[in-house]
Amino acid sequence: MPTSSHLDFDYAPAPESRAVVSLRSSYGLFVDGRFTAGSGPTGKTVNPATEEVLAEVETAGPADVARAVAAARRAQTEVWGPMAPAERAKYLYRIARLVQERSRELAVLETLDNGKPIRESRDLDLPLVAAHFFYYAGWADKLPYAGFGPAPQPLGVAGQVIPWNFPLLMAAWKLAPALATGNTCVLKPAETTPLTALHLAELLQQAELPPGVVNVLTGAGETGRALVGHPGVDKVAFTGSTEVGKEILRTLAGRRTRLTLELGGKAANIVFDDAPIDQAVEGIVQGIFFNQGHVCCAGSRLLVQESVAEELLGRLKRRLATLRLGDPLDKNTDIGAINSAEQLARIRELTDAGDAEGAARWSPPCELPDRGYWFPPTVFTGVTQAHRIAREEIFGPVLSVLTFRTPDEAVEKANNSPYGLSAGVWTEKGSRILAIAARLRAGVVWANTFNRFDPASPFGGYQESGFGREGGRHGLAAYLDV
Amino acid sequence: MYERLAVRKTYKLYLGGAFPRSESGRSYPVRTAGGEFLANAAQASRKDARDAVVAARKAFPGWSAATAYNRGQVLYRVAELLEGRREQFVEEVAAGEGAATTVARSQVDAAIDRWVWYAGWADKLASVAGSTNPVAGPYFDFSLPEPTGVVAVLAPPTSSLLGLVSVLAPVIVTGNTAVVVADEAAPLPAVTLTEVLATSDVPGGVVNLLTGRVAELAPPLASHRDVNAMDLAGAPAEAVAELERAAADNVKRVLRPDPDPDWSAEPGLRRMLAFVETKTVWHPIGL
Amino acid sequence: MTTTAAGLTDVTASAAALRRFLFGLPGVDQVGAELRTATLATRSVKTTAKLALLDTAVRMIDLTTLEGADTPGKVRALCAKARRPDPEDPTAPPVAAVCVYPDLVTPAVEALRGSGIAVASVATAFPSGRASLATKLADVADAVRAGATEIDMVIDRGAFLAGRYSDVYDEIVAVKHGCGGAHLKVILETGELATLDNTRRASWLAMLAGADFIKTSTGKVSPAATAPVALVMLEAVRDFAAATGTAVGVKVAGGVRTTKDALRYLVLVHETTGDDWLTPDRFRIGASGLLNDLLMQRTKQRTGAYAGPDYYTLD
Repeated sequence: MPTSSHLDFDYAPAPESRAVVSLRSSYGLFVDGRFTAGSGPTGKTVNPATEEVLAEVETAGPADVARAVAAARRAQTEVWGPMAPAERAKYLYRIARLVQERSRELAVLETLDNGKPIRESRDLDLPLVAAHFFYYAGWADKLPYAGFGPAPQPLGVAGQVIPWNFPLLMAAWKLAPALATGNTCVLKPAETTPLTALHLAELLQQAELPPGVVNVLTGAGETGRALVGHPGVDKVAFTGSTEVGKEILRTLAGRRTRLTLELGGKAANIVFDDAPIDQAVEGIVQGIFFNQGHVCCAGSRLLVQESVAEELLGRLKRRLATLRLGDPLDKNTDIGAINSAEQLARIRELTDAGDAEGAARWSPPCELPDRGYWFPPTVFTGVTQAHRIAREEIFGPVLSVLTFRTPDEAVEKANNSPYGLSAGVWTEKGSRILAIAARLRAGVVWANTFNRFDPASPFGGYQESGFGREGGRHGLAAYLDV
Repeated sequence: MYERLAVRKTYKLYLGGAFPRSESGRSYPVRTAGGEFLANAAQASRKDARDAVVAARKAFPGWSAATAYNRGQVLYRVAELLEGRREQFVEEVAAGEGAATTVARSQVDAAIDRWVWYAGWADKLASVAGSTNPVAGPYFDFSLPEPTGVVAVLAPPTSSLLGLVSVLAPVIVTGNTAVVVADEAAPLPAVTLTEVLATSDVPGGVVNLLTGRVAELAPPLASHRDVNAMDLAGAPAEAVAELERAAADNVKRVLRPDPDPDWSAEPGLRRMLAFVETKTVWHPIGL
Repeated sequence: MTTTAAGLTDVTASAAALRRFLFGLPGVDQVGAELRTATLATRSVKTTAKLALLDTAVRMIDLTTLEGADTPGKVRALCAKARRPDPEDPTAPPVAAVCVYPDLVTPAVEALRGSGIAVASVATAFPSGRASLATKLADVADAVRAGATEIDMVIDRGAFLAGRYSDVYDEIVAVKHGCGGAHLKVILETGELATLDNTRRASWLAMLAGADFIKTSTGKVSPAATAPVALVMLEAVRDFAAATGTAVGVKVAGGVRTTKDALRYLVLVHETTGDDWLTPDRFRIGASGLLNDLLMQRTKQRTGAYAGPDYYTLD
């Protein structure tokens, strides 16, 4: 038998080309079918992996919000509302196809602006964006069959405020059902990730979508507040923090404005001792390290049965040592950059609290780049329900590990949170899955899998994780007068 | 000869299956539409509201886990008992609302029929509001409506039985438990309804009734962090905004009052869907 | 879950104990395993790393001919190819082994003498394994006597699927004994075992019985090697090494035709067991056509020009 020493193998850098994106040096708002200047302060958007300024971005002041809402109203009453539903469907199909055609460009742009690995923006975000438009396109002329009565009506103008963690995907989640049901939209992307929404606007021009049907307003919290509070908005859809969600609830109190909220989470990922252990490890990794943990439904609390905790943690740590952190444009990168300095500070504050409260911190050997915003994959063991890292949403690549002894205890701990967005359960026993899934107070339960998304599948929270559903037939209700 | 002196009923609260007086010891006079004294009703306090939430929370696990068929049977049984008390309700509705007996009778009949209608939804809503979702991957993916939890219900004014049934039945048929604040001016049919519930198979705590001042009871329920949802049907117009603001603190589901409700119309799914959560479950399909 | 090393001494003590042990192994979720391999299939290997992997892949090949029409001449030609895969490029490394039927071991041994390339022979009534134990052992003895240093046996899939695990175990032990000093590769024929749970159980069964390698397939049954099967087998050898300290190798065979296929397996090894298995001692690829594709890619990496098949020998 030939003998030889093994190969010390590492992937050479495999960067995706930036050339596919032509970045403009400055971007404006998209109102009434045209790119226009904004009256708010001009901001900059940076690549969080390098801190390089990508572009200047003008922002919307109150006058711009009024202009956009008026354009949306006009478009809704004169064009989009009266349009034959089958024609609306064809616009959405067109948009879906254009997204597919330009998907690599949009994926690279997303990675530049957001810091997420190109593998994820290319293989997950962009395919789901196109799928979402495809899915809701088909609903546009089938609404009488959706179970909301013979002639469900649109609400009017939708004001939609979306977060920075899945910038383009969240835009699709908001726009596609709203447009399919005959509403027009004013969309506000997050201030740290405005670029893909603006390139999407350009794509909507290519689709020849009538002016005013979709308007994009860039800006920070002020712009969002102005949009949400504008009396011409019939429907507000918000994805973001629970804190801001409550602020919106208070703003809209006593009005007739309709509202759906998709807010924070602190999901439990429950692993029983009979779990398919290697897949459970993958599911834990996918649950909390996907998108740097910038996921509202992240499996940030691992609840592992005590009888298998030691073995599972050993396997998990071995697996985490193979995660590749670094250049988000490298096709082999698993963990990209934290989206902003502000978010990084929040992750640091909470993990420091984890140390201070006595939990044990562990990270695999992991070199962080010199520039940009980075945080290593981190696991806290010895966490109890009382620790801040077990209760508060960290929104970063940080896993808190707790143990349980019985199914009842697992459910009790899982539900012991004001949130209720998602949960995971891992066991080979089918009846246990169904029993646990029924008792978990969470809008999405992933059994023997985690962080799967599909336009046909309703998504949304219980309790302080918000209300209303996005995706599927249920997602139509958010934009219909039902 | 004296006419026989009637034995009057004491109208109490209904909390956790028991009929206590208000812990505050207060009561308030209930009068007919014409101003004649009818009875004293308990004037519940914030502490009674708190106790009602505790009772409702305690009843939630059992009631929400009952089979849909069982909930339907239990609620249908309530309709049977309502039918047996039909004349009493007609009297109370007529007196409280100042309605002619024929009008009151049609209200009571409609209320009983509505209860039957909702009872039948117990084992059907999931078929209509649930789905299997054809996702693009090897996963079985389904969505089901589940009860939101403890729902505070402000019963609507001017329709003391039909209105009450129309807001209460959709809350409990879906597996929620309820804390109801009765119509302040005409609470007597609501109290009688709880007497029906107490002799039915509805477990104690599933429905809890507070009589008293809406302005006093609604705010603590709106801000209560263990109340999951609120039906503002009976909220005074000027109080809605403040109650919604209070409800924001734990992201309560709030059903806003309809400015011009027609309780005689077919209700549709709206009130049931307002108090259910859609749960989506994914599982791989593999060998 | 996984047993300790101490526990492993007992698990083969009886048929019942063996069965209990195999059924106590953690389950494999097929969809999860496929998702993992699909994700790893997007790994991109570039430049120097790719060149090093291509050479490693060549050195891991068991260059195989297992046809009814095989002749000594065909085997000699294959052996020449094994020694010097690329006549135009002396830097191309030789393969690990040449794999033939037992009656063709002799010409292979002669042709490879002094090359350091092993002669592997399939045995035990390959590929079906449907013969008496005595016949199988005679088959093994023939091959060993003729000079084979590696024996690729097939397990009794019928016995395995019927739940007669100890029969399968005993047969492997007997063959291992018959191998003498020759290395034993145990072919699980995962395409017939059908499920990944069975793949995991069969992997442990073979390792407990003394396999030096566990091998996916004969190449005569479809599906042959697949990425999820290889993943589960790599997890098994990883866990077995952790439990016992003994490193067992993995061989994928059947259907590995392109460089892309081969590199995906090496990525799987790198990510699952770590680089300790990135050596011909612990990882093999049973193939024939793959070699030329690797050589063409190798030339492309070295010269920058895309290669053409006419410049590579067909043996």
